[in-house]
Amino acid sequence: MSLKGKKQSFKIQRGDLENTSMVDFEIELDEGMVVLDCIHKIQHEEQADLAVRWNCKAGKCGSCSAEINGKPKLMCMTRMSDVVSETPENSPIEIRPMKAFPLIKDLVTDVSWNYDVAQKIKPINGPEEMNWEFNQMEADRVQHFRECIECFLCQNTCHVLRDHELFDDFAGPRNLVRLAQFEMHPLDTEDRIPEIKKEFGIEYCNITKCCTEVCPAGISITDDAIIPLKERVVDRYYDPIKMVWRKITGKKLRT
Amino acid sequence: MTIKYQEHEFDVIVIGAGGAGLRAAIEAARSGVKTAIITKSLLGKAHTVMAEGGCAASLQNADPRDNWKVHFHDTMKGSKWLANWRMAELHAKEAPDRVRELEQWGAVFDRTPENLINQRNFGGHTFPRLAHVGDATGLEIIRTLQEKGIHSGIDVFMEYTVCELFKDDEGNCTGCIAYNRVDGEIHSFSAKSVVLATGGITRCWSVCSGSWEYTGDGHALALMAGAELRDMEFVQFHPTGMIWPPSVKGILVTEGVRGEGGRLLNKENERFMFNYVPEMFAGDHAETIEESDQWVEEVVSGKLATVRRPPELLTRDVVAKAINSEVKAGRGSPNGGAFLDISHRGEEAILKKLPSMHHQFKELAGVDISKEPMEVGPTAHYVMGGVRVDAETQETRVPGLFACGEVASGLHGANRLGGNSLSDLIVFGKRAGEFAAKKSKGLEQPKINEKVIIKAAEKMLAPVTNEEGENPGKIYDELREMMQNNVGIIRTEDEMNFAMEKLNEFEERQKNTFSGTSRIYNSGWHQALDLINMILVSKAATLAALTRTESRGGHTRDDFPTPDDDYWGQMLNIISLENGKLTIRQEEKEEMRDDLKQVIKEIKDLIKERAAEQGGN
Repeated sequence: MSLKGKKQSFKIQRGDLENTSMVDFEIELDEGMVVLDCIHKIQHEEQADLAVRWNCKAGKCGSCSAEINGKPKLMCMTRMSDVVSETPENSPIEIRPMKAFPLIKDLVTDVSWNYDVAQKIKPINGPEEMNWEFNQMEADRVQHFRECIECFLCQNTCHVLRDHELFDDFAGPRNLVRLAQFEMHPLDTEDRIPEIKKEFGIEYCNITKCCTEVCPAGISITDDAIIPLKERVVDRYYDPIKMVWRKITGKKLRT
Repeated sequence: MTIKYQEHEFDVIVIGAGGAGLRAAIEAARSGVKTAIITKSLLGKAHTVMAEGGCAASLQNADPRDNWKVHFHDTMKGSKWLANWRMAELHAKEAPDRVRELEQWGAVFDRTPENLINQRNFGGHTFPRLAHVGDATGLEIIRTLQEKGIHSGIDVFMEYTVCELFKDDEGNCTGCIAYNRVDGEIHSFSAKSVVLATGGITRCWSVCSGSWEYTGDGHALALMAGAELRDMEFVQFHPTGMIWPPSVKGILVTEGVRGEGGRLLNKENERFMFNYVPEMFAGDHAETIEESDQWVEEVVSGKLATVRRPPELLTRDVVAKAINSEVKAGRGSPNGGAFLDISHRGEEAILKKLPSMHHQFKELAGVDISKEPMEVGPTAHYVMGGVRVDAETQETRVPGLFACGEVASGLHGANRLGGNSLSDLIVFGKRAGEFAAKKSKGLEQPKINEKVIIKAAEKMLAPVTNEEGENPGKIYDELREMMQNNVGIIRTEDEMNFAMEKLNEFEERQKNTFSGTSRIYNSGWHQALDLINMILVSKAATLAALTRTESRGGHTRDDFPTPDDDYWGQMLNIISLENGKLTIRQEEKEEMRDDLKQVIKEIKDLIKERAAEQGGN
């Protein structure tokens, strides 16, 4: 179905923390548009100060996350034909910013918390001598995680953050993916299990897989990253045989 | 109106947080100086994230016959012999260590069966040379540098836009002024040295593969601070951008598709690239479909090629012009481009080697590239031209001002080889950071005069202090369309004269824009400031293109269709701003060192011998 020439109405959230409202817009659509094209059209034709964060418009940078008809998506990878067909005839398409993060203005939120958590994660520090080898299977294990574009849609969707606001106790799916990627990295020598348990609060995740569902990079966040990390934590802290062994030898866990 | 501002002091300030900026900041911080990055986006979002195919370095993993000399030769030849030979030499020699260092910091490149970093073929590279991660190599590199950077003790100012550089009475660069997009507050930065790493200018064309950041900020800042630009006429139109639907027109389709065996076809299903082999590459490429197919078969199965590569892997300038000619001759695809077919490689290989291309076409165009061909056409992709720097140190002619990455120039001459951009970032990013830090040591912290700060701040605040005016988005759209139509892939004097007139009009209109008075995340305000840079760099590119009366690499004149090796083959166009006016002069390129001339000869002979063995002339 071609949308060329169709008049489409929108309700877009505008305003800052103190004063927020849904504002009506109507634009004429063109062939093959994505939601971000509509926002740009509104900026260039009507409201130059409409705030939106975007960079690549090609699904590679993860800047333009928003909630389109209530669904967390990248605006640049959401085709209008799909949104129009799911929106009841003559109803406006609703666009809101990500809900989990503090609002700056209009569709832009303050995502700096994600960067603050990342800062606390010990990085990879490979060998000084540059002569390592590892095979493609070892690479595959982490390359999948490294496809993350940091759109933070998983963070926005995770109920531990979105509804319970446990930002001080839980690192969220994005950062758990980062931790999994470091822990499984072929050149890694660090131990991050105590932090994963305590500071990064992996136990808060109860595997509802909402993060996996919204990931535009298609990363199986829960199955491939979070569950294996949970297993490592359980192995370290709750394995009964290891607990007995520690009693006998008097060895303590690093916490 | 009293203007409030905050002040900051650093030893080294890096403007831009793509691959080059991050690498420069890491190096500066490593040498113990107080370093900051100012970036107009969030960390990890810069244009580097969009780089796809790979990073060129003669690691010798995929083909032991490769070495720095062949890489040096390929870069010089690809540049149509206009590159700065010292930069090309440093780049070829240092790229392998810079790539390995990325793995030390956490990058995970695709592997060879021998468990080493794998390398893929690209246009103009004699051997498979590009370290890669599927078709998302830029993401891998920026994320690695980001993760290294945040643990290097660098202060990061995210979503701050720099609008002017400061200089002292002796002409040294002493810092910059910026505003924070989140709250609109003004910040003045004092620095002992400043590194520009702001990327390119391709947002000045309506069909482009660049991110929103590519408005030529660093090019313009440098010009206004007294630095020179060179090679601004050379703009790379990547042959394969998406062309349908209209809203995605320009988005990049990686050269990796052709490196993996992709075939270019016209609407008559003809492999037209066989008809477009230029004289300088004659004999280097396959002459039959059978030979091409054999090459692909050998290469994808991990063997060393025994025959010549397909003509689809000619340099980007050649392929882009070929597609353009096919369309003009009426043999284009339905939406005015060519077909690019990789479906013969099968779904499994495509999903492994080109996953984001598969995703991109499926999501944005409803095309499954494992079953049907893509439609592609040229898109403004890269500017070879930029700030003129010293090859060793990356310092500009303004003391204390450095530039690296796409905003700098010299490595690529008239045409950049694919894969030489990511390696450029890490090789010269490191050098810029190292020498900027060295320069800062022993210097006193500059004091920025309050009057200077206020004057710069007033200029920045103009668009939000106007009471009415035009929507800057309108000028932005018109400028891009105008440059596309008049200073595009094929150029003529009349069209470019017209472009200059239009750019003067845009300059007047830019002064009267209005986008509301709010300073909080005001997209229109930002765009109004971007326009200042876009207009200035568009003028620089047009002026250089008007002046060069020949065709070479990324600069094609319909009225001067052939290369003029005797004159223009020896000349560089140097642009500067003198008393507010853009001026251009020609300077003879520097003669190559004798031992490097010998290297070129040696590699030329080697390639000739090899082509002869493989059935060429």
